[in-house]
Amino acid sequence: MGKKKTPAINSSSTADIAFLLLCYFLMTTTMGEQAGLQRRLPPIPDKDQKVDDQKVNRRNIVIVRINSADRLFAGNEAMDVSLLKDKMKEFLANPQDNPELPEKEPKEIEGKTYMVSKGVISLQNDRGTSYQAYIAVQNELVKAVNELRDEFAMREYGKTFARLSEDEQSIVKKVIPQNISEAEPKDVGKKR
Amino acid sequence: MSKFGGSNSKKDVPGISSGSLSDIVFMLLFFFMVTTQLRETENKVIVKLPEASEVAKLERKDLSSYINIGTPIRSLQSMYGTDARIQLNDSFKTVDDIRDFIAAERDAMSEADRSFMTVAIRADQDVRMGIVTDVKQELRRCSALKIMYSARKPAE
Repeated sequence: MGKKKTPAINSSSTADIAFLLLCYFLMTTTMGEQAGLQRRLPPIPDKDQKVDDQKVNRRNIVIVRINSADRLFAGNEAMDVSLLKDKMKEFLANPQDNPELPEKEPKEIEGKTYMVSKGVISLQNDRGTSYQAYIAVQNELVKAVNELRDEFAMREYGKTFARLSEDEQSIVKKVIPQNISEAEPKDVGKKR
Repeated sequence: MSKFGGSNSKKDVPGISSGSLSDIVFMLLFFFMVTTQLRETENKVIVKLPEASEVAKLERKDLSSYINIGTPIRSLQSMYGTDARIQLNDSFKTVDDIRDFIAAERDAMSEADRSFMTVAIRADQDVRMGIVTDVKQELRRCSALKIMYSARKPAE
């Protein structure tokens, strides 16, 4: 007979409790999106490794230098950051087979032969360079490579790089490698 | 015409049931609980990331460890000055401590994941490259070669 008397638990306050929890998570959440420019550092060379096997033909390398006043030098000329991308694209693509610009070698990738540029961009900085300028230059270099990849993907597959399948993307990555080397730091200037 | 609001139908208007309200709120709650990642370390340095338009997202967030570089926050400046410093986990460290830090982070990962470890360098945009170069050299010595320069997308 006591069965009927059991009152239902008032559930109207669960919403309030849930709201409180919700507010807590809303406040503490960061939705942290971690994005950035990914790089691979070169391994430390062995001490007894010969220096000359790292030697690269001079036409295949361009040195991009940022000095302590954040001035940019590409090759041997001073340059604005906004012009760097086009210069690097020309360097990597070498459309006219200019003997001053990097040579290309045929490489077989997935059954087809492509001309792969041997160009390497070497990025040097001073200890006094600001990080912002450094990232800006890195960004331009990546942009140059990305645009070349896009152009190649358009020519080859009629799609932009981002829309290609994973296999096609890896082919494009092999045809247009991202050869950006971050040079050994040079001990120039006073230590900060 | 009692259908259109006679005097007797006023009493019949049912109250909106709020029973499902809690379900909706719980659903929202679970969404935020799943997507949230609590900040496990307190920031002791001011980091304003530089802008870069070509950023790529990190695929595996759990495989990354962070190195913060920047000037100490205002309340700590009286103790530590305004020179750029390295923060690992929860405290200020020097370049020499990076080796231990990387070793500890590696140990925390499973064997298969270790080769995918990415070190994200979160440096303030006004930091000089000298300290970043030191960190990079130390990372090379610890053979933690996959790095990422954290940056944010510029606002359109």
